[in-house]
Amino acid sequence: MKKYIYLDHAATTATRPEVVEAMLPYFTENFGNASSVYELGSRNKEVLNKSRETIAAALGADATEIYFTAGGSESDNWALKATAEAYEKKGRHIITTKIEHHAILHTCEYLEKRGFEVTYLDVDADGRISLDELQAAIRPDTILISVMFANNEIGTIEPIREIGAIAKEHGILFHTDAVQAFAHLKIDVNEMNIDMLSASGHKFNGPKGVGFLYIRKGVKIRSFIHGGAQERKRRAGTENIPGIVGMAKAVELAMANQDETLAHIKETRDYLVDRIMKEIPYTRLNGHKDLRLPGNANFSFQFVEGESLLIMLDMEGICGSSGSACTAGSLDPSHVLMAIGLPHEIAHGSLRLTLGEENTKEEMDFVVEKLKAIVQRLRDMSPLYEDFIKKSQAK
Amino acid sequence: MYSEKVMDHFTNPRNVGELENASGVGTVGNAKCGDIMRIYLDVDDNQIIRDVKFKTFGCGAAVATSSMATELVKGKTIYEALQVTNKAVMEALDGLPPVKVHCSLLAEEAIHAALWDYATKNNIEIPGLDKPVNDISEHEEEEEY
Repeated sequence: MKKYIYLDHAATTATRPEVVEAMLPYFTENFGNASSVYELGSRNKEVLNKSRETIAAALGADATEIYFTAGGSESDNWALKATAEAYEKKGRHIITTKIEHHAILHTCEYLEKRGFEVTYLDVDADGRISLDELQAAIRPDTILISVMFANNEIGTIEPIREIGAIAKEHGILFHTDAVQAFAHLKIDVNEMNIDMLSASGHKFNGPKGVGFLYIRKGVKIRSFIHGGAQERKRRAGTENIPGIVGMAKAVELAMANQDETLAHIKETRDYLVDRIMKEIPYTRLNGHKDLRLPGNANFSFQFVEGESLLIMLDMEGICGSSGSACTAGSLDPSHVLMAIGLPHEIAHGSLRLTLGEENTKEEMDFVVEKLKAIVQRLRDMSPLYEDFIKKSQAK
Repeated sequence: MYSEKVMDHFTNPRNVGELENASGVGTVGNAKCGDIMRIYLDVDDNQIIRDVKFKTFGCGAAVATSSMATELVKGKTIYEALQVTNKAVMEALDGLPPVKVHCSLLAEEAIHAALWDYATKNNIEIPGLDKPVNDISEHEEEEEY
């Protein structure tokens, strides 16, 4: 098989062998339905509880506050739609940001069509919201604030603790989409006053198709999937036990050496960023310099288009992603890059590289060498670069 | 996603570059939608395209269609070059994904813009050739005034 340098951990991660191993018995000998009376099934209730406890511990939450779902998008949909419905009598106003994942943005649009009002907060050039603007957006009928923990494209971390305090002060529910942040940043739902939190297993070396929603005790939230009495009657459907066990195992592994792992990822990332910023001219680092996810790097290479860059990197075995319109199949580049104020042509030339534990400095050296050559090659082909060079020569 | 031909023309684009003292230059597209193509023509006294070069800012399909378009017009008369349609470019590339069809239109427009520039400079009329609407340099000039 072709050897890859995988730098798209924000898209998904490989399931760890230990995780797969932990899951396997639950497909075969321990296949019982946890709702069944006989021991083969009912003993899986205990397994579910243990998994819940492991995940709750990583958040400073209680096990009864963890609800398993099919992933981040379901958790986001549930948190928004079911809260909107449950608190409708109190008000119909929701506050979120312009840089949320589409699982939040499109759900908000859906709610807007059904009579809810949504305020989309702007972000600054680094991608952070303004707490003053948040305060100003709060109305008597505001029922929910939903702000992502950290952004999936540019990695910027939002002032979650401060938002939590503001929400609490006003008695407004606070949901955070922590799909990129959970297991990659320290989170304490009580210290940060988070009422609901979405996460997804495959973003931290767990399996795909499983996630959870943390719901603080006391939050009124309706069922989203109706049927059986699973998940304290709030999320019907036979539990995905292998997936849940795998996700819990991934959490356990991530938490075991969290400080060392994150420090290692950050160091490798900083090395990559330093080299690229020093060695490739006309390059911009997108997102906050320090307040960002440890594995995230996002660049804009002027005069170059993102899809071309990705194809050429792929030919060298390097996996990355871009906010270019061409990669999304639309004419507009990423809404996040637009929200931080990038001009279109700069946004089209963006490259996101997201690192994981297994990436090394040697790999980063290889990536930088290839990237230098590819960017130069594409610039030599670019009419924008030609014009830029001619203009600077004329001066 | 792309055919082998597209990948070939993307990774080994034909006729990349600029022509000094080109007989005609056309630039189309805009940075907003992420594609800009510039075509340089060298037309001889018999109105035959002796040489052609291109520069493109854009995705894989944009580069490949520019490359193919230059191949298709090279050695042709300016009248024959006008007949090179986006369909012909697409067919020569064994097709494009639906979202990339606009790239082939851009290639056709870039050729037309370069032909228009040549025709204007030489005071000739090429039947069937309209003034290009997509010339970014024009927009830039308009903005400057």
